[in-house]
Amino acid sequence: MTELPATSTRKLGLVIDLDTCVGCHACVISCKGWNTENYGAPLSDQDPYGGDPSGTFLNRVHSYEVLPDTGPAQLVHVPKSCLHCEDAPCVTVCPTGASYKRVEDGIVLVNETDCIGCGLCAWACPYGARELDAAEGVMKKCTLCVDRIYNQNLPEVDREPACVRTCPANARHFGDLADPDSAVSRLVVARGGMDLMPEQGTRPVNKYLPPRQRDAWADTSVLAPFLTPVAEEPRGFLGWLDKALDKL
Amino acid sequence: MHPAPSIIAFTTFSGLGFGLLFWLGVDPTPPKGWVAFAFFCIGFALAVGGLAASTLHLGRPERALKAFSQWRSSWLSREGCCAVAALGAMGGYGACLIFAGLNIAPLGWLGAALSLLTVFTTSMIYAQLKSVPRWYSRWTPVLFLSLSLAGGALLSGRVIMAMVLMLIAGGVQIWWWHRGDGALRASGTTLGTATGLGGRGEVRAFEPPHTGTNYLLREMVYVVARRHVLKLRGLALILMLVLPVALLLLPFHHISAALAVLCHIAGVLISRWLFFAEAEHVVGLYYGKR
Repeated sequence: MTELPATSTRKLGLVIDLDTCVGCHACVISCKGWNTENYGAPLSDQDPYGGDPSGTFLNRVHSYEVLPDTGPAQLVHVPKSCLHCEDAPCVTVCPTGASYKRVEDGIVLVNETDCIGCGLCAWACPYGARELDAAEGVMKKCTLCVDRIYNQNLPEVDREPACVRTCPANARHFGDLADPDSAVSRLVVARGGMDLMPEQGTRPVNKYLPPRQRDAWADTSVLAPFLTPVAEEPRGFLGWLDKALDKL
Repeated sequence: MHPAPSIIAFTTFSGLGFGLLFWLGVDPTPPKGWVAFAFFCIGFALAVGGLAASTLHLGRPERALKAFSQWRSSWLSREGCCAVAALGAMGGYGACLIFAGLNIAPLGWLGAALSLLTVFTTSMIYAQLKSVPRWYSRWTPVLFLSLSLAGGALLSGRVIMAMVLMLIAGGVQIWWWHRGDGALRASGTTLGTATGLGGRGEVRAFEPPHTGTNYLLREMVYVVARRHVLKLRGLALILMLVLPVALLLLPFHHISAALAVLCHIAGVLISRWLFFAEAEHVVGLYYGKR
C-alpha cells in the first residue's frame, strides 16, 4: 500500500553542510556510478556524446549566489537528492503501490517492477528528486544506497551512501536522525540544521547546515575614487549618435 | 508543466464523455433504440478514448492494470476505479435502453453519480499537488466539473441548460485564471525557502547542475508561449463560451448545433493546454526559472 507509515523507529538520512561543500560534483558522479550498476534499472543517458546530452541522475548540485544587503555576495553550492520526507507526497499519489516508505528505516524506495511510469510522483515532489528514466520507463530516485549501507560484503567503512563515502570536503554525513545522540543529530543541533521548503509540509529527514558567517568586507579601497566613470554623458560625435539613435 | 497531448486529450474528452453520460443517466425520459445507441456511442467513445489516451503518457503502459490497486490513498487510482465503475453502470443502463427499450432509472442515477465522481477524481489528481500552486485549489474540481456538465449538456442537446452551464463554467474559468496568476506568490515558496538561504539576502541561481536539459526541466519547467497567454485565454473563452451560446441562440439547426459542439471542444482544448502550460511547478525555482 502507498500509505505512509505512522512512525518509523529509525530515520536514516543525510546531513549536508552548505558551508563546506565546494561544488565539485564528485557526489553526483559517484552516485551515478554506483547506482547505474547496482540496485534496479541502470541510470541511462540519451545522446551522451552528441550535441544534446541528457540523462538520469539521483543527485544534482546547484550553485546559488546570495546577495546580502551589505557585504560581498556569497556563492553557495546546494547538492540536492531525495530528502526521504516523513510526509512524502510522492508516496501517497502512487497508483500502483510501487512507491513506498520503509517502516524500519524510513527510506523512500520505488519497486521498479510495479512502476507504470506515470510520473505523478515526480510531479508531487517539490524538490525534483525523482526522474523518470527515458530508456527504462520507470521512476528512479535516491535509495540512500540501500544496497551499500546493509551490505555485509563491503568493508565496514564503505557501508554508507556512495555520495557520502566519496565527498572530498566531508560535507556529507549519513546517520539516524531519529536518534538524538547520533553524530548527525548532534551536528544538526550544533549548526542549526534546516529543512528545504518547510512550507510545503513534507517534513524532510535530510537536513542542510547553513553556511557560517564570513569575515566582514574590508573598508573601501583607496583606489575607489579613481574608478568612477570619467564621462557621465556622451559628448561630441557619440553624443550626437546617441541622440540620433534615440530618435529613430 | 509540460502540456502533453495525451493528457490534454485525456482530461478534455473523458470530461466531455462522462458529462454526456451524466445527463443520459439523469434523463427522466431517456432516448431508446437507435437514438440511445448513437448517444451512448458518443459518450463511451469520448470517455474510453480519453482514458486510452492517458495510457500513452505512461512509461510502462503494459502494467497499467496495477493502477487500480491503490484506491485507498491515490487519486489517480481512484480515478481509474471510478471510471470503470461508471462505464459499467452506464453500459448496463444503456444496453437496456438500446436493446430492450427498458429504462432502469436507479441504474442511470448510479451511473450518473459515478460519472461525476470520475470527473471529480480526475481533477483531484491535479488539485492535490501542493508542488503546483496554480492547481492546488478547491476551484480546480469546480472548473473540471462545471466544464464537464456544460459540455455534456451541449452534447445531449439540452439547449437552455447548456447555455446556462457554459456561462457558469466561463465564470469559474475566469476566476480560476485570476486566482492561479497569484498562486505561486501566495504559496510562500521562493528560491529563498527552497535553498534555506532566503534569510541571508537575495538568492540568485548562479550555475545549473548541468549544461544540458533533463527530465525535470522537460516535464515541469515548461515556459514556452507564456507571452501569448492573454490571447489564448480570450480565444479559449470565445470558442468554449461565446460562439456556442451565440450558435444556440440561433433557430435550431443540426449544423449550427454541431458547430457549437466543435467550437466548445476546441475552446476546452485550448483551456486545458493552458491549464498545463501555465502551471508552475516549484522545482523550477531551483533552476531560477520562475
